[in-house]
Amino acid sequence: MTDAELLERTWYVPRGVLGWLSVADHRTIGKRYLVTAFAFFLFAGVLAGLMRIQLAVPNNRFLGPDLYNQIFTVHGTMMMFLFAVPVMEAMGIYLVPLMVGARNIAFPRLNTYSYFVFLCGGVMLVATMLLNTAPDVGWFSYVPLAGPDYTPGKRADFWAQLITFTEVAALAVAVELVATIFKLRAPGMTLNRIPLFVWSILVMSFMVIFAMPAVVTGSSFLLMDRLVGTHFYNPAEGGDPLLFQHLFWFFGHPEVYIIFIPALGMVSSIITTFTQRPIFGYTALVLALIATGFIGFGLWVHHMFATGLPQLGLHYFTAASIVIAIPSGVQIFCWIASLWRGRPRFETPLLFVIGFIIIFVLGGLSGVTLASVPFDLQVHDTYYVVAHFHYVLIGGAVFPLIGGVYYWFPKITGRMMDNTVGIVNFVVLFVGFNVTFFPMHQAGLMGMPRRVYTYPADMGWNTVNLISSLGALLLVIGGAMLIYNMVTSYLWGAVAGDNPWNADTLEWGTTSPPPVYNFLYPPVVEGRHALWERTAAAPVVTGGRLDCRECLVTDVMDGEPSNKTEFPGPTIWPFVAAIFTSIMFIGSIFTAWAVPIGTVPIAIALILWFWPHAPGHDIGAPEEESTPVVEARAS
Amino acid sequence: MIRQRAIAGHRSVDISELPDNAFGHQGLVWWGTIGFMVIEGSMFVMVLITYFYLRLRVNEWPPSLRDPDLFYGTLNLIVSLVSALPNHLAKIAAEKYSLTRVQFWLVLCVLFGVALLVIRGFEFTTLNARWDDNAYGSMVWCLMVLHTIHLATDVVDTGVLTALMFTGPVTKKRFIDVSENGLYWYFIVLWWIPIYLTVYFAPRWL
Repeated sequence: MTDAELLERTWYVPRGVLGWLSVADHRTIGKRYLVTAFAFFLFAGVLAGLMRIQLAVPNNRFLGPDLYNQIFTVHGTMMMFLFAVPVMEAMGIYLVPLMVGARNIAFPRLNTYSYFVFLCGGVMLVATMLLNTAPDVGWFSYVPLAGPDYTPGKRADFWAQLITFTEVAALAVAVELVATIFKLRAPGMTLNRIPLFVWSILVMSFMVIFAMPAVVTGSSFLLMDRLVGTHFYNPAEGGDPLLFQHLFWFFGHPEVYIIFIPALGMVSSIITTFTQRPIFGYTALVLALIATGFIGFGLWVHHMFATGLPQLGLHYFTAASIVIAIPSGVQIFCWIASLWRGRPRFETPLLFVIGFIIIFVLGGLSGVTLASVPFDLQVHDTYYVVAHFHYVLIGGAVFPLIGGVYYWFPKITGRMMDNTVGIVNFVVLFVGFNVTFFPMHQAGLMGMPRRVYTYPADMGWNTVNLISSLGALLLVIGGAMLIYNMVTSYLWGAVAGDNPWNADTLEWGTTSPPPVYNFLYPPVVEGRHALWERTAAAPVVTGGRLDCRECLVTDVMDGEPSNKTEFPGPTIWPFVAAIFTSIMFIGSIFTAWAVPIGTVPIAIALILWFWPHAPGHDIGAPEEESTPVVEARAS
Repeated sequence: MIRQRAIAGHRSVDISELPDNAFGHQGLVWWGTIGFMVIEGSMFVMVLITYFYLRLRVNEWPPSLRDPDLFYGTLNLIVSLVSALPNHLAKIAAEKYSLTRVQFWLVLCVLFGVALLVIRGFEFTTLNARWDDNAYGSMVWCLMVLHTIHLATDVVDTGVLTALMFTGPVTKKRFIDVSENGLYWYFIVLWWIPIYLTVYFAPRWL
């Protein structure tokens, strides 16, 4: 048996239905996470389309107010919690182990568990929408509106538990990614050689770890107020409704950066590759990412300027909100300098990056205006804010993400996406985006509040809304083109080869798509641009075991080999634990007893997950051959 | 055991002599444990901040309720602090790969854990507040339940690990699990100090 065959056998991806549910490798789970997150993106996008149809003309009766409330709530909730964060983490799950030269992600079974928890949470929200019982109090679900007095029934509880689902999934992935980046890097990959995308995922993961506990706390309090009669948000009994806003936005503002920072990493990767030279200001870019991560935690009150907080506090948060423009500006100038100095190849991924720079700068500028309290009070809860955050989120995250899809599609599938369709796709999306969202600034300045299901004809808002709705049509066409390009390229696209873009990072140093073991020989890194600086006699890692899932563990700072660890293989228990967890979460919407009772099967599943099982009973493993592996290799 | 050999034309970084697994921050498990400790620690911090935030909303604390009785909470604190000793000795024994000592100290840890859960049960009866009395009651119960969930989780964890150390297969990796489990127990014990002070003394002092 060759080394490759042995590795193939050791790192097998299990087959069959049980195997599908048991798989514990980062590429499979990463792809599932990506596909699932994009499916939610599509669903939430359709909801957005319905809203634009409704708002295209005044006094429209296409959607009623109750359905409209559900639609905008589910649109926002799904985009933020089921698409934006998971899709960025999914890119990390798929790419980070490859980029750092590891065979798998740290804690692969936890990764599987995380995926199924995420999936179940998403399915729950879709089900509530289809059953006409979806949350209807906005994606941030403020009390007292979302409290027991004003929203009887179970709609707000579904929102609160969706938060629990997605946060459990996201937190698990964040820990895996931090451990992978700190401990599973290829020898030689010192801190100052880590690819910028990996840095961005590291900063994002830390932000997830510190931000998400706040929203879990906030949404759990909400659920308890509604279910067991606690009084966290009840002012009559010493509670405080504003507490919810603090807890939500202490998470909610970092959330924006959790979505946006990985996108910055994608931008840096794409610019490096398409200018074919080292990025300008690597150190400044890394420091800017970290600074953004820190400052992002000090801005949350700018979402609460209209709540009557003390003036002094508002001044601080205005200043902090303006300060965060500094690291963002540093990054923008570094990218412009990189493009300026290089000879950029304007292929589709880079076009999306250019689109990102333009849209994001516009969104950043409207953000700086919103940091000013008097102006913020004027446009609070109007379409100006809707315009601003779509510029930042779509421009800042979705454009680089689509650029990233075009860029990494060849690595994931082994086939190139069509460049001509890609260019047209970019133009349609860029124009469509601006036609949709730019007029919303105007609508907001003219006083149109967000979250109204219709408006009278004499408000002067007709034209801007019609333009927005026509722009949304272009976005639908652009989205369809993207899906068309992905499907046709997957089936018939040109074969990509290992490194079609001549990129510098390690994921391009293996086949496309990568084998189950990622690298035949685990690489050793000799410079910041691993593939560009690879010498002819480049060292490789040897002496690792081929007959078990052994991985090299390296030092945090300088990437020196430290020890070895054996990774667990596939097992059904993470899936079972995820199902029981989901049953417990959904059950606890209806009765508090679901928590103590539901914990028992979860604990049993976790124990069985942890319990070592006898070899030879692996789910979906390749058939044993007559010649024992050890003898075959020894001969 | 089959190892990957060097290839012609390439230098090698040979890892065959590296140790299997490592204790502490050189190992992978430590990072997972620390990661979850940071997450759960952040939750404790959030809940504690909320406690004091809500304290500022009212003049009287606890509002129209009696202070919680000190006996069981203080007993819990003392037993918790003492339990750190067998935990520490189990951790040291694990780091020396001494199976019999690990078994002995782990059993003791489990007994301590069960005792703490029993005391906790009595504690809930002497809080002198219900979760639905007012926001103060909600906060007290929230802190107590949150800590109890962690306590119970670690007692079950330790129980499973103890069983595994008796039934086998006992591999080197299991000793690392024991060591990291010990780290997590410190986390539970240490967090009880601020939560104890908050639940029992914030009503008296603030």
